[in-house]
Amino acid sequence: MAFIEIENLSVAFGRSMALRGINLSVERGEAVGLVGESGCGKSVTWLAALGLLPASATVRGSVWLDGKDILGAPKARLEPVRGGRIAMIFQDPAASLNPVHRIGRQIGEALTLHRRMKGEQARAEVIRLMDQVGIPDAKNRFNAYPHELSGGQNQRVMIAMALAGEPELLVADEPTTALDVTIQAQILDLLTTLRRDTGMAMVLISHDLGVVSETCSRIAVMYAGRIVEEAPSERMFSHPSHPYTRGLLGSLPPLTGPRQRLVAIPGSVPEAARMPKGCAFAPRCGLSTELCTDVDPTALPMADEHNAACIFAKPYQADIHLVRDRSAFIRERAMQ
Amino acid sequence: MTGGTADLLDACDLARSYMIRRGLLGRSTAVRAVDGVSLKLARGETLGLVGESGCGKSTTARLVLGIEPPDEGVVRFDGAAMPRSGTSAWATLRRRMQMVYQDPLQALDKRLTIGTQIAEPLDIHRIGTPAEREQRVAAVMAEVGLQPHHAGRHPQSLSGGQRQRAVIARALVTNPDLLVCDEPISALDVSIQALVLNLLMDLQERSGMGMLFVSHDLRAVRQISHRVAVMYLGRIVEEGEPDAVLHEPAHPYTQALVSAIPHPGKTASRVILQGDPPNPANRPTGCAFHPRCPVATATCRTETPDLKPRASDGRRVACHVAHGEASSARAPASLETC
Repeated sequence: MAFIEIENLSVAFGRSMALRGINLSVERGEAVGLVGESGCGKSVTWLAALGLLPASATVRGSVWLDGKDILGAPKARLEPVRGGRIAMIFQDPAASLNPVHRIGRQIGEALTLHRRMKGEQARAEVIRLMDQVGIPDAKNRFNAYPHELSGGQNQRVMIAMALAGEPELLVADEPTTALDVTIQAQILDLLTTLRRDTGMAMVLISHDLGVVSETCSRIAVMYAGRIVEEAPSERMFSHPSHPYTRGLLGSLPPLTGPRQRLVAIPGSVPEAARMPKGCAFAPRCGLSTELCTDVDPTALPMADEHNAACIFAKPYQADIHLVRDRSAFIRERAMQ
Repeated sequence: MTGGTADLLDACDLARSYMIRRGLLGRSTAVRAVDGVSLKLARGETLGLVGESGCGKSTTARLVLGIEPPDEGVVRFDGAAMPRSGTSAWATLRRRMQMVYQDPLQALDKRLTIGTQIAEPLDIHRIGTPAEREQRVAAVMAEVGLQPHHAGRHPQSLSGGQRQRAVIARALVTNPDLLVCDEPISALDVSIQALVLNLLMDLQERSGMGMLFVSHDLRAVRQISHRVAVMYLGRIVEEGEPDAVLHEPAHPYTQALVSAIPHPGKTASRVILQGDPPNPANRPTGCAFHPRCPVATATCRTETPDLKPRASDGRRVACHVAHGEASSARAPASLETC
């Protein structure tokens, strides 16, 4: 059984549909990438799952955590989940940290909350966590304020706070978008190391296909409130099946080979309040026919563990050893 | 560098410092944001300026446009020295050099229609009659791919891509010879980035303008530039052909930068730089990169390397190790001539 399973999740803000039926599951210890452009609903998915959306949002569907539905559960049942079993970090660490409190105290707060640690014991654990996330000279930095640290160090503080509850799943929402490229490499490396050491699962939300492909074993591509394609990382790049995924890959300027015009996706993302009939991508799609404006496609199997929501996407024969690799990986995780 | 005689832009040894105060009662100290940057740009050429935040690339962009005066160094535009900013001679020249900004929503006025804003440079420089201005605005809007009906819309009712097109149209309306783009795509979604890159390349091909493309995105820079210069802490540390610099980076910093590019399907064998990006207020001695450099030697700690052609292939790089002079510690010969 998957650690968390999101089933047919939909979110509406008034008449705007932010999510239109999301199905996504995360196994224990697995790293899943969630990719899409701004406004596609990749952050809303997890805010909704954890009950963090404002009351004005209409949320439907189920979120199964260990076989129990936590969607719309009372606060008392959600509190141990949020920050405890599932932790979340966000794009801008400086905005998430309290500017007038020392970072040691802020990490300590999370320990008190989730593990009832206090005093010297908490202080020792804070320093251990700061060491673990690679903050140099942790003993002295304990008393630093967020403004005294760089953006990359602050993101490490956020990660330390997230680890304080010993989560089983870390949801990282664009954790490196506000950082420089060389610092992004450091943070991604840290997340991979932490996952290997603690065995926690991770969902990496990003607009950058490159970032998720290196860090995650499985990728889900979102467009206009839906998952349009889901596949193991290697196959998302070897066999991109949805025209939107192919468009995203074509938009990325290559690093080698002749320099040609980029294959850009024309038009722009539809507004949530004015979703087109049929496939939401049809107005921007080069392959669309009349059928596409009629039928709203559901996820169709392309190969084992590979789905795409396009009526013209063609199934293919998956490379056998890749499939075996992944199932072996999951078995291995499950046994730990 | 190409040895063209009629360089559109020739900036020599630019330096710019800012005064900052440390702490509430601290003494103010000078921070050298740009420290001896020289660059040349020919017509029809694009120079990509790459670096991380705080490396001085945006300051360099403002210096070459004369928006800020350099403390040291000279900017020559089309063979003549740049007039002081604010003078009427400078204002006249500004119609020939325009800028595209990072965030289109901030660069546009929310209360004015797109058409009015695109026409503004024509109004300011008193170019043409009202009828001619209207014609020119319609033409430039068509050129960047905006529909005629967009002229009456306000920025917030356009999509991100359309807004950036409007910013580009406004910059192009005076037919500039030089376009400076400061991170023109980093606020845009991936699919929109590709559209804007294609557009800029098409426009350059048609008009033959020179372009200074400032970005932290090496992929975009490779796509659009004829030459690329990598900046670190106020200095250019490497310069050359995009493919040469990206595929065989000579400077250890460029090597780290290139290996940090996330790449679909890439296996993890990357140089991970230790430490934070440097603080310009606390500039290391010698080569500014030495505290993070995996190959730094004793020389690097004390002597600042000059940007000069490498003996083997003529690549311009500022690194003692790349020049094979790290251990010898001899005084570097100054090849920087203006």
